[in-house]
Order: sequence, then structure tokens, then C-alpha cells
Amino acid sequence: MVISVASGKGGTGKTTVAVSLALSIENSQIIDCDVEEPNVHLFLNPEIKQEIEVTSVVPEVDKEKCNLCGYCSKVCAYNALSVIKLDSSGDVILFPHLCHGCEGCILLCPEKAMKPAHRGIGMIKIGSFDSLEFIEGRLNISEVLAPKVIEKAKAYAKKDKITIVDAPPGTSCPAVAAIKDSDFCILVTEPTPFGLHDLELAYEVTQALKIKSGVIINKSGDDWLIEGFCRKNKIPVFLKIPFHRKIAEAYSKGIPLVKAMPEYKEIFQKIYKEIREII
Amino acid sequence: MKQILIISGKGGTGKTFFTGCLATALNNKVLVDCDVDAANLHLLLHPEIKETHDFTGGKIASIDEAKCIQCGACKEVCKFNAINEIFQSFQIETLKHSRSVIPSLPILCHSERQRRISSSVFQVDELSCEGCTICSYVCPEEAITLNDRISGQYFISETRYGTLIHARLGIAQENSGKLVTKLRELAKETAQEKGCEYVVIDGPPGVGCPVMASMTGVDLVVAVTEPTLSGMHDLMRVIELSKHFNIPVKVVINKHDLNTEMSSQIVKAVESSGIEVCGKIPFSEDILASVKAGKPFLEFTKNSLTKEIEELIGKIT
Repeated sequence: MVISVASGKGGTGKTTVAVSLALSIENSQIIDCDVEEPNVHLFLNPEIKQEIEVTSVVPEVDKEKCNLCGYCSKVCAYNALSVIKLDSSGDVILFPHLCHGCEGCILLCPEKAMKPAHRGIGMIKIGSFDSLEFIEGRLNISEVLAPKVIEKAKAYAKKDKITIVDAPPGTSCPAVAAIKDSDFCILVTEPTPFGLHDLELAYEVTQALKIKSGVIINKSGDDWLIEGFCRKNKIPVFLKIPFHRKIAEAYSKGIPLVKAMPEYKEIFQKIYKEIREII
Repeated sequence: MKQILIISGKGGTGKTFFTGCLATALNNKVLVDCDVDAANLHLLLHPEIKETHDFTGGKIASIDEAKCIQCGACKEVCKFNAINEIFQSFQIETLKHSRSVIPSLPILCHSERQRRISSSVFQVDELSCEGCTICSYVCPEEAITLNDRISGQYFISETRYGTLIHARLGIAQENSGKLVTKLRELAKETAQEKGCEYVVIDGPPGVGCPVMASMTGVDLVVAVTEPTLSGMHDLMRVIELSKHFNIPVKVVINKHDLNTEMSSQIVKAVESSGIEVCGKIPFSEDILASVKAGKPFLEFTKNSLTKEIEELIGKIT
């Protein structure tokens, strides 16, 4: 079973919820799919046992075979290839950051002058903390192919475990890549107009992906805004975490909620049970 | 004209709150919300939309079922798993029935059945298609066309604080970097037309393509962070990115008194990489209340903290 934890926006408490849920249930693994800003490791300090580079395919030109016809640059939808021809000589220039790895140029080159090469775009780290399995995807600085790193991280998940996915913020391709294929999605929000606005967007994503969802309200207070939205859309509200200095301080030091306040462990176990009943 | 970008690495640190402060404190500027995934600045500035435009970013493949011969070549070459083969199992059911009706034709039925099992429909998964167009090159029947993908809308609005350029990206759309670039171009043009002194940009979280698109060509990056382990971790990643682009950075620590020890650690780490921490803002219920009320903080209340923030803005501009 895969449960993803998402929110329209960062800073709402996704990682807090994901880490606490993973620590509360047995036989679980957590995948940090917020590859631009992975934070789960800060709360778990896992022992890393394996590091795997994530690569993307880029074309490599065989200059002997290439006749500078320019077809590769014509088929490339991302303008990642440029062919320069000057009299009898010339060059094929690749802009690796623009390449999406579709391999079209390699496939369609009339001279078969291109072959796949690999370019590192990120890292997968695999480890554990006590009995909790840990997987993290991390995008290299100045790289853009976040979904590729996310998909790779998810591919290392063990099928027999309960998987908790910490999704990146937003509603664009990285968030979708993380949430896709989940059995359930927990949406974390805050009771402010910002929180409601972002929750609406995140909910729309789960609807588009046909994934059932439930809400956790963090920094709870005047929750009527959020509760109204949940009632209207028949989304269950699992939990309200109050704004508590003790929680904020523990978070700031990288201490998981269920470690700082062990009474939350039972609450998260109950949420897990409810989710199982829903799906 | 000076372009100032507010970013944070991590979400929820107070980027939009701080941009709201700049909106109130600075005269003669154009505002841009580049967090196209989850734009929030409009919730503080209450814009009146003057112009709405569709944003077409990239292409999307579509298969003409009438022309498709189900050869599967498109699925084979697609590196994004964006082509789904949907088997039509009900046809097999029909066949079992026909076999029982005509038991004298078992062999024919067998071959017939084979044919029907492979009869399936190929469809493009719009969420996965990246518009690389390669499927259209390999399709022997020319059954695949690439259409423009409308991936969002952008708006030119007026607010009490000046022109606001903002957008809404459709769900699951990529090209947010391109949309950000579009917004930035519009903002620059508007600022030049109106002779504005500043372009103030509310940036997206993270370090991915929309952040890079927000960053190119700005004069100053203001990184708003909070004194948490994750805040610090993400701050260092955006600082690294700014260095990569050779753009000056100044740091503001928001809610600094929530963890004074972490705050001083951040100050140390930041200053050791040669960057100035130009201000610290304490945790304040008033700020939370201003966000809940949907008003820029400097307008919501007047007290010693508003004065402090005004001074801080003086240091940035």
C-alpha cells in the first residue's frame, strides 16, 4: 500500500506528517520525493547503505558517421541540439540541460551516427533508521528533470512494505510524479486563506489522478475555512495539530513529532487504520 | 530599474508575507508572482484582473483511432510511458460465445481469438506526455498529431500597490519555467513602459526550473528563511544556486526567535560563505493575523515591528 503526503505548498507540515506516520506503523518505508529540497533525512538521520546515481540519456555523436545534415536538431522538440555547418566542417552542439532524454535524435538519425550516453542528474540514497526503510531522491543543483529522479526513487520501493511518500509542493509535474500510483493521499494544510487556496489546488490534483484523499490541519486554530471546504467535498479530516511551541521547537531541531510527543503515535496508527478502511 | 527576487528554498517561510511588505513599502514598481504552481500573492493584494491570456507551453500528442492500426510502435519508442495500451477484453468474451455456437470451427476460432486479443486501443496519457513528438515520426499511418497544449493562464492586473503580473498553471502541467519567463518578460516591459524603479518578484519554492527561470537576470536575490534544520538546509541549496548564476544574495531570517540557537547557526553559515544577513524578524501573532485577514502586514498594523521591517527593506533597496 502506498500513502502519499502532499500539500499545495511547502511549509505546511508534509514532512512532519510523513515522518511521524512512517514511524508509527510497522513494516513501513518512507520515500522522500521532494527531490529539490529533501528534508526527511534531517529528522531520521538514517544510516545510508547505498547510493545510486540517477542518469538521463543524452546523445553522443560519432563524428565519423555524422554528415551534419541537421535532422537531429529538427526533430528535437526541446531545442537541445544545434548543428553548425561551415563549408566542409562543422559540429553538433548539445545543450544537456535542455535535453529531456526522449532519444528521438538517436532513433531517427539517418546516418545512425548517435548513441546513448548518460549524464548524472541526481542521486538516490537508500538506508534505514531502526526498522524503518529510507529512500531519498535528490536532484543535483541546476538540474530540472525532477520527475525522473522521483520515478527512480519510487522504483526502489519494496513492494511488501507500507510505503509513505513525502511529495514535493505544488501541482506541476514533480508533485504529480510523486503522488501518481498512490492508494491514498493525505493533504496537509493550514487554516489560512493561503492554506485553503493551496488545498483546493492539491485536492484538484488528487481528483485528476483519481486518488482518494483526507486532510490533516496543521497549526490548527480557526479551522472553519478548511472544514467548510472538506465538508462540501466530503473529504475526511483526520487530525488537527494545534500550533504548539513545543512542536515548533522540536521541528526546528529536527526531532520528529512522534518522538517529541509520543502520544501522537497512537493517533497516527488510528489514522492509518481509517485510511485502510477507506481504500 | 532594479529587479528583486524573493525566494526561500523551503515553502512557508514567509516569502509572500515579505513580498507583501515590499509591495507596501516601495513606490513605483511592478509586482510579479512567479510561484505559478500555487500563486498566493493575489490573496494579499486583491488584484482587479485587466487582461487574461492563455499560456500554451509545449505540445501534446493525440492518436487518431480511425487511422491507428494498433502496431504499438509509438508505445515502444515513448520514453515517458505516456502511451497506454488498453486491451478490449470484452471482445474475447464475445468470441467464447461464438465458439460455443460454432463448435465446428475451432481452428478458425483460435486464430480469430488471437487476433482479437491483440486488438487494443492506444491512448495518450496527457499527464505523462512531454510533447517530444517522436511517436509522430515513427507512426507508419500518420495517425499521431501534436497539438498545442494550453497549460495555464496568465493575468495582468491592477492593485492598489501597482501592476501585478500573475498566473495559474493547470494541474500537472510542466513548462512552469517557460511560464515564469513569460511573466518576467511582461513585467519588465510593463516596468519600462511605466518608468518603474523596481520589479519585485515573489519566487517559487525549491531549486528547480521555475526557480532558475525566476532568477536569471535579477539584480538581487533575497532569501527568506526560518530557523529550522530544514530551513537552513534548503537555504544553503538556494545560495548555491544563486552563486551558480552569479547573483548577489541577502538573507532574512523570519521567526528568528523560535530557535535562537539555530538562528545564530544560520548567521554563521551564511556569513562564512560571504553573504550578509540583513535582517531578523521575530515570530509574531500579528503577522499571522495579517495573513489570515488577507492584508499586507505593513498596512494591517503599525507598531515597532512594522518600523523594524521598514528599516530592513531600506537595507535591501
